[in-house]
Amino acid sequence: MGFAYDFDWGVLWRQPYGIWLLQGLWLTIKIGFVAWIVAFFLGIFIGTLRVTPWRWLRFISTAYTEIFRNIPFLVQLFFWYYAGPMIFGESLGRQINQIVGLNFYVAILALGLYTASRVAEHMRAGFASISRDQYQAVLSTGMTQYKMYRHVIVPYALRIIIPPLTTEFLTIFKNSSVAMTIGVAELTFMSYRIDAETFHGLEATSGAMLIYLILGLTVVRVMGVIETRFKIPGMIGRE
Amino acid sequence: MFDAVARNITFLLGGFAVTLELTFFALTGGIALGALVGLGRISTNKWIYQPVTLYVNFIRNMPLILVIFWFYFVMPIIAGRPLNPFLSAVISFIIFEATYFGEIFRAGYQSISKDLTSAAYSTGMTYSQTARYILIPVAFRRMLPSLITQSIVTFQDTSLAFVIGLQEFVRRTSIVDNLEVRSIQLFGFVAIIFFIFCFIGSKISRHFEEKGRKLGMI
Amino acid sequence: MIEIKNVNKWFGDFQVLTDINETIERGQTVVICGPSGSGKSTLLRCINGLEPYQKGEILVDGISLSDSKTNLYKLRENIGMVFQRFELYPHMTALQNISLAPMKVRKLSKDKAEKKAMELLKRVGIPDKAEAYPANLSGGQQQRVAIARSLAMEPKYMMFDEPTSALDPEMIKEVLDVMIALAKEGMTMLCVTHEMGFAREVADEIIFMDYGKIVERGTYEEFFENPKSERAKEFLKQIL
Repeated sequence: MGFAYDFDWGVLWRQPYGIWLLQGLWLTIKIGFVAWIVAFFLGIFIGTLRVTPWRWLRFISTAYTEIFRNIPFLVQLFFWYYAGPMIFGESLGRQINQIVGLNFYVAILALGLYTASRVAEHMRAGFASISRDQYQAVLSTGMTQYKMYRHVIVPYALRIIIPPLTTEFLTIFKNSSVAMTIGVAELTFMSYRIDAETFHGLEATSGAMLIYLILGLTVVRVMGVIETRFKIPGMIGRE
Repeated sequence: MFDAVARNITFLLGGFAVTLELTFFALTGGIALGALVGLGRISTNKWIYQPVTLYVNFIRNMPLILVIFWFYFVMPIIAGRPLNPFLSAVISFIIFEATYFGEIFRAGYQSISKDLTSAAYSTGMTYSQTARYILIPVAFRRMLPSLITQSIVTFQDTSLAFVIGLQEFVRRTSIVDNLEVRSIQLFGFVAIIFFIFCFIGSKISRHFEEKGRKLGMI
Repeated sequence: MIEIKNVNKWFGDFQVLTDINETIERGQTVVICGPSGSGKSTLLRCINGLEPYQKGEILVDGISLSDSKTNLYKLRENIGMVFQRFELYPHMTALQNISLAPMKVRKLSKDKAEKKAMELLKRVGIPDKAEAYPANLSGGQQQRVAIARSLAMEPKYMMFDEPTSALDPEMIKEVLDVMIALAKEGMTMLCVTHEMGFAREVADEIIFMDYGKIVERGTYEEFFENPKSERAKEFLKQIL
């Protein structure tokens, strides 16, 4: 089989490497959470624009979704990180590039914007799955469109789309790994760094995999609790 | 306005060609393996169902970049010699994307009502005839829109082969950017090219979805 | 002749058929009725081997279904089946639906098979719909195509599993007319249905099933005018 390789699983807990992985995990979690907050609120907003009576608002919503869906996230990240500062002109651009930890902030921005387009799509699906009769029932009680959306439809749709939102939340943690390409020291970056120092990349990445698995299972468990808390009685829940 | 792009156009398009190559192999392997994974996921035999389900659920928790790295490290050990990064990337993509294609196939298989199969059997057709003329054509038409959508995702995912140094489209763009520092043009260009391909792809998918719906969501 | 002898069937621990005995002679039309869940559909599916049974025996023209040497595919060529939800192949036209099995199973040429299919479409009254897809056909038309599809294999027996239950009322008659014509031409038919008008017109025997057992049987007059069991009386009260 050609095993010219001696395994060294101790890499995972020997100092300082073990700590690196945990530090990476911490950064992954930070990025994921903050980006999710951005994505969640921005996504709801953009998703709701899609159903307003004004054509140009609907267009903005559709355009936003199409643009962010049809470009790979890596390209989006690079665009914001390398090309982004330049948009502000030469001098301001150079100043922005001096900001410490710029890559961290850009990663959150890019991830938030990207994921918001996906949340917006789920929002649209949620609205569509509410029957026309339901809309008409609310309107017939005298509420304006705005009030209807704000007090009935949006909260209703949100609860319907909790399962796909859970998937998006999971996906945000996975996509945070792309930030390693601009030097953000998150979990995947750290496993690569361990390899760079010790040449035991297999053990390091295996360890990282295990950590992502635990992270994923935790997220699912937590979102399951949230789903139960907000469940609409009588609607089909998770099997 | 796009002068930096124009100056380096052959180099950049060479990278795009690599992207297309990667996509081709990733899709061929990913769809083929996905068809099998889908079968495994509806199997009543627990020796098949459990390992396949474990594999699917494990991979779906993993970031693609990590999977790419993992195979990059593991393949030389198994093969006993250093491996071509292109091959390692293709294998990573196949293993990764097959889980997503697998779920599409699973839904497709399960959407065939038992009675449709019974109706075919009642006219005397064998299992393989039924599969060939009824099950597979009908399931395929149902799955086609999702298969196209997931293929677009795979096409975008190939950009992550960047991290093991593969000279695909995005890496070549960043190489040129290091020289020319005309980031807005260059990354704008990559973005536009991807956008055009993916947008057209999604329109094609929607076309098949409409067509399928007209035929009674066959 | 179809002989059903002491057939018992379980789904896991749940018994769905208990001691079923029945003989269906060539040319007879037998109607099976009963509340839902009484095992009627399951019984039909046992007769053409789509469902297995654990005890008893079913013989079709002397060939036993439980015999491992029996070729179930050949058997099914002789027993046509029509389903409640039509189950037409959605990706094929009406003509293709009908001609598929003759081409692939009997190895007929495309021309011969399509010619035959057109004759059958004429017979069920919709030759103009040959090139239509199922999605463009009404329920009644789809079911008639389904009947033509089964007839294409020239079966000796035809089984119908609630063929009109999924149809809007105005379309029930066109399907029943085809079935009545078939019965009068001498086809051996086994029908699960609640259409008592059909039963009165052509049924030689009515079987009433409940909880997997045959509770009562008789001619139309015997069953409807003089039901003997309580269950049958209750059931009739509900459907009439």
